[in-house]
Amino acid sequence: METFIQVLIDGLLSGMVYALVAAGLCLIWGVMDIINFAHGEYLMIAMYVSYWLGFLANIDPVISVVASGVFIFIIGVLTYKLIIRFTIGRPGLVALLATFGLAMFLKNFCMNRFTPNFRILSGTWLGDKTFQLGGLIFPVPQLAAGLLALIVVGIIYLIISTTKFGWAVQATAMDKEAAELMGINTEKIYVLIFGIGGACVGIAGGIMPTYLAVHPEVGSMFGLIAFVCVAMGGFGSIPGALLAGLLVGVVEALAGFYIAPVFKYIAVFALYLAVVFLRPKGIFGW
Amino acid sequence: MVSREKKLKIKDISWLTLVLLLSVLPLIPGFTANSFRMHIMILIMLYASMAQAWNIIGGYCGQVSFGHSVFFGIGAYGAGMAVVTYGGTPWLGIIIGMILAACVAVIISYPCFKLSGHYFAIATFAIVEIFNRGFLVWDWIGGALGLDYPIIEEGLKNFMWHNTKTPYYYLALLIFVLIFSIVRWLEGHRFGYYMRAVRDGQETAESLGVNSTAIKLTAMALSASMAALCGSFFVQYNLRVDPPMVMSLDTSMKFVLVTILGGSGTLAGPLLGAAVLVPLQEYTRAFWGGLGGGVDLIIFGLLIIIIVVKQPAGMIGILQYIQKAFKKTKLQEVK
Repeated sequence: METFIQVLIDGLLSGMVYALVAAGLCLIWGVMDIINFAHGEYLMIAMYVSYWLGFLANIDPVISVVASGVFIFIIGVLTYKLIIRFTIGRPGLVALLATFGLAMFLKNFCMNRFTPNFRILSGTWLGDKTFQLGGLIFPVPQLAAGLLALIVVGIIYLIISTTKFGWAVQATAMDKEAAELMGINTEKIYVLIFGIGGACVGIAGGIMPTYLAVHPEVGSMFGLIAFVCVAMGGFGSIPGALLAGLLVGVVEALAGFYIAPVFKYIAVFALYLAVVFLRPKGIFGW
Repeated sequence: MVSREKKLKIKDISWLTLVLLLSVLPLIPGFTANSFRMHIMILIMLYASMAQAWNIIGGYCGQVSFGHSVFFGIGAYGAGMAVVTYGGTPWLGIIIGMILAACVAVIISYPCFKLSGHYFAIATFAIVEIFNRGFLVWDWIGGALGLDYPIIEEGLKNFMWHNTKTPYYYLALLIFVLIFSIVRWLEGHRFGYYMRAVRDGQETAESLGVNSTAIKLTAMALSASMAALCGSFFVQYNLRVDPPMVMSLDTSMKFVLVTILGGSGTLAGPLLGAAVLVPLQEYTRAFWGGLGGGVDLIIFGLLIIIIVVKQPAGMIGILQYIQKAFKKTKLQEVK
């Protein structure tokens, strides 16, 4: 029983990070109806930013998380300005293929500059620390990452649902032309949403080098899992992405522990198929 | 009257190009024995066939599937198992692979067709990942080690040649012509019109009595068996197969990219896309691949972005643009 709860906790902790990565994608998908294929690569770049700040300037990931968030915000804005802007109003496949090209570019650029080696940041404030609570072990880096992810997802949700900017975003997502007639600058909304979506994944990537090795391929799997979480949660629903992220984390941990490590992703993708076959628009979709 | 004459002429030109292409392509091995150039020609034929197979379901029927690497992989493993595990000729394996791919396509597509838009696309990603990882741990088909071909007698019986690439080229050309003629036949046939009707408006088509589910499933089965045929050619050419090589998202993306870059839903699009993309990929690899660390893929990624953003209708769009410009100048001359 204790083992089961331990596995469950590990799953929930990784699920919270998945939720944050998915929340960024969810914003972009919900507002612009675009699948950003380079989302996983944003995560990889954020991890490199945090790693190099830690390695060269001795700044702990806990602090450089801000820097990587801002950096990916800028990359998101640039992506919108240079690529996505030209694909708005065209079939969804165009943006998907363009971001696939971008993902290929970013991944191989990092491969070229930083070599494919696994890089581990040692001696961080949180690294390798654990604390025990009644027989259960909580790894501190994962716990910090999970809590940070939860807080950021909560803030994003509050911004979207309560502030004036959030209402403008919702209006743009519902009907772009009507929103424009109401005096909303939808172009500005799109830029900011792509930036904020990037910043989410930037924050997640910024804290991750405390417990995960950095290499150019690290983002691909996270990107795929983020797609699955967003689609499972339902079109543009942040609570849905959070729930789906936690579910994916738990299923992954349970299948990995009780069946075999190779089966953890099979279980995750099978879960997605099962959910959408029952509810074709996701858990919170309509 | 004048415009009709002109239309006739343009049609003549396109037929002439086709006849010219079909008469020149078989002669190419006579001009060059360079094995790198032969390799590129074979890959162009293979990619054009793959893209045309995808075009049936993706271009004509409008169902954007990212799961074709599963069918490609089933075809590859069909041929591979026949040769490596059972020591026979690959031909029976190829046929079994094609039938199996069609069956798998029907089984997995039936529930997936209930999904729309991105949900369908992500479901096909998920299926690719499930098959990829399932094949990695399946010992009967070689698991993660994959299948390595033994060196056996060359010839058509074993679908294997060691010293020359020319027979491979002719077989690739044969597959290419086969798939292209199937699609050409579909274009004028009742079934082809049904497919396009489902793509352009599923509800409208259904209200006119088209059974859209049956159309989509049939198109998917046909497309999958053609993809499996390409897969078995790939493994016979490559003489080695393992799961990430054939059943990955990258392979799936190749199906989609070549078609979209060429022009989806058109007969010539896949060939145009392959004729542009394959040399780009192979020459960037030849020129910059040696510098280490994926410079070729960096450039390739950038080129994909530029082409997709600048010319979303594909190469066929560029051709139409040129044709229009040509017409305009003619009109001005008349004036």
